[in-house]
Amino acid sequence: MTTRVARVLIAKPGLDGHDRGAKVIARALRDAGMEVIYTGLRQTPEMIAEAALQEDVDVVGLSILSGAHMTLVPRVREALNAVELNDVPIILGGIIPEEDYEPLKALGVAGIFGPGTSTEHIRDFINNLVSSNAR
Amino acid sequence: MPADLVPQVLAGNRRALARLLSHVERGEAEAALKALYPHTGRAWVIGVTGSPGSGKSSLVNALTQHYRANGETVAIVAVDPTSPFSGGAILGDRIRMRDLSGDAGVFIRSMATRGSLGGLARTTRDMVRVIDAAGFDRILIETVGAGQSEVEVARVAYTTLVVEAPGMGDDIQAIKAGILEIADVLVVNKADRIGANQTARALKTMLELGHPAARVYHHGQYMTVEAAPAPVAEWIPEVVMTVATERKGIAELAAAIEAHRQHRLRDAGPFDPQALRAELFERAREALFQQWLQTLSPDTIETLIQRMHQRELDPQTAVQQLLAPPSAQEHGHARP
Ligand SMILES: Nc1nc2c(ncn2[C@@H]2O[C@H](COP(=O)(O)OP(=O)(O)OP(=O)(O)O)[C@@H](O)[C@H]2O)c(=O)[nH]1
Ligand SMILES: [Mg+2]
Repeated sequence: MTTRVARVLIAKPGLDGHDRGAKVIARALRDAGMEVIYTGLRQTPEMIAEAALQEDVDVVGLSILSGAHMTLVPRVREALNAVELNDVPIILGGIIPEEDYEPLKALGVAGIFGPGTSTEHIRDFINNLVSSNAR
Repeated sequence: MPADLVPQVLAGNRRALARLLSHVERGEAEAALKALYPHTGRAWVIGVTGSPGSGKSSLVNALTQHYRANGETVAIVAVDPTSPFSGGAILGDRIRMRDLSGDAGVFIRSMATRGSLGGLARTTRDMVRVIDAAGFDRILIETVGAGQSEVEVARVAYTTLVVEAPGMGDDIQAIKAGILEIADVLVVNKADRIGANQTARALKTMLELGHPAARVYHHGQYMTVEAAPAPVAEWIPEVVMTVATERKGIAELAAAIEAHRQHRLRDAGPFDPQALRAELFERAREALFQQWLQTLSPDTIETLIQRMHQRELDPQTAVQQLLAPPSAQEHGHARP
């Protein structure tokens, strides 16, 4: 048995125009042996869901710096569910206040990573998600 | 089970298609590929290769819009290299294809080269066949033109575009080094930049230099021969200038692709018997090798490697010893 290569979509929903953080994560995940599909700035929830479906990804990673995570995350979740990707987990990076963690997890976000998170931690988290969610 | 996805793929289910493509990439879709094969042969497969940043993805984006305006459906396979250090990859071609999002007549799949068993060409060919069976009219394969793998992927395509941009002096050298041989259409993209005419002229000159001798399709590879026994007039690659980001020159590019398609249909067609022969041999070679490998004991192999390492045995003699049937090894050269 060969080990499966994890496929991760890294997307930036919403209108903020900074993708440095997203690119750093993309590179770190590549260096951890994952295939990262990077789609660029200003993705609508529908675009994210479409890419996740076509690319058959294991995880969707969202990078949100605008503060609009409480509105964007549910919309992406709905868009994913609408194309029957209910089983594809969302992870979230960016500037997320501590008090939003619980409500976001209630919305089905599998993991939240603030600016200080080590890339090793993110990598291990994704690998765990992928192996427990093996399809 | 990958095979269970077959009816859904044939019915146009995009999620099933995406799933099956993953199985194909992992080399776990033999039954599905077998079931889908009779449904292939409709799509026209176009390879798009060329230097990094020359505008391949932008061109794929523009060309796809052109085909969509004609009512044709388009699937895109965008190949990027796997990092040899980590085995991971960043697949970023979708960034330049955002115009295509939300269109149900388009399907985009990114793919890393991986260290795929049986080679990238084989995996790509299998992916293309699945997409073909799913009913797409055009399949565009984007690869970065640098190494041997791109040449292999180009062999999967029926029409291959090689994309250059002005001001990439060194890459003209790369073109000389062999990529010109795989081009059916040469695209000078970024024609809005200075030096575009010069690049186009340089390419034309190179084409003329390269073409007194004809190319023939031989065992699935283009080979240059002095005098070709060509049943159909030889195809001379066209040079087309485009500005992908402004969708300029795209109709001309589509016309050049169509001309090549007509040429190829007059000749061997997409399912070229020569290419099929090459594929059959390639697959047989791989299967035979795997089968034979199973019959060898690891000890035998290790002993031979040791002796090669000690300079006692040269590699070719080692191979002969491996291939000699056990009886021949016992009786030396004696024949009954
Ligand atoms: N001026 C100009 N810029 C272009 C043109 N086509 C593409 N570009 C730009 O060139 C850059 C690279 O374009 P891509 O389409 O990503 O090129 P690529 O060959 O797919 O790149 P890789 O996949 O990374 O090898 C982008 O910034 C494009 O906007 C063009 O016709 N004119
Ligand atoms: Mg590209």
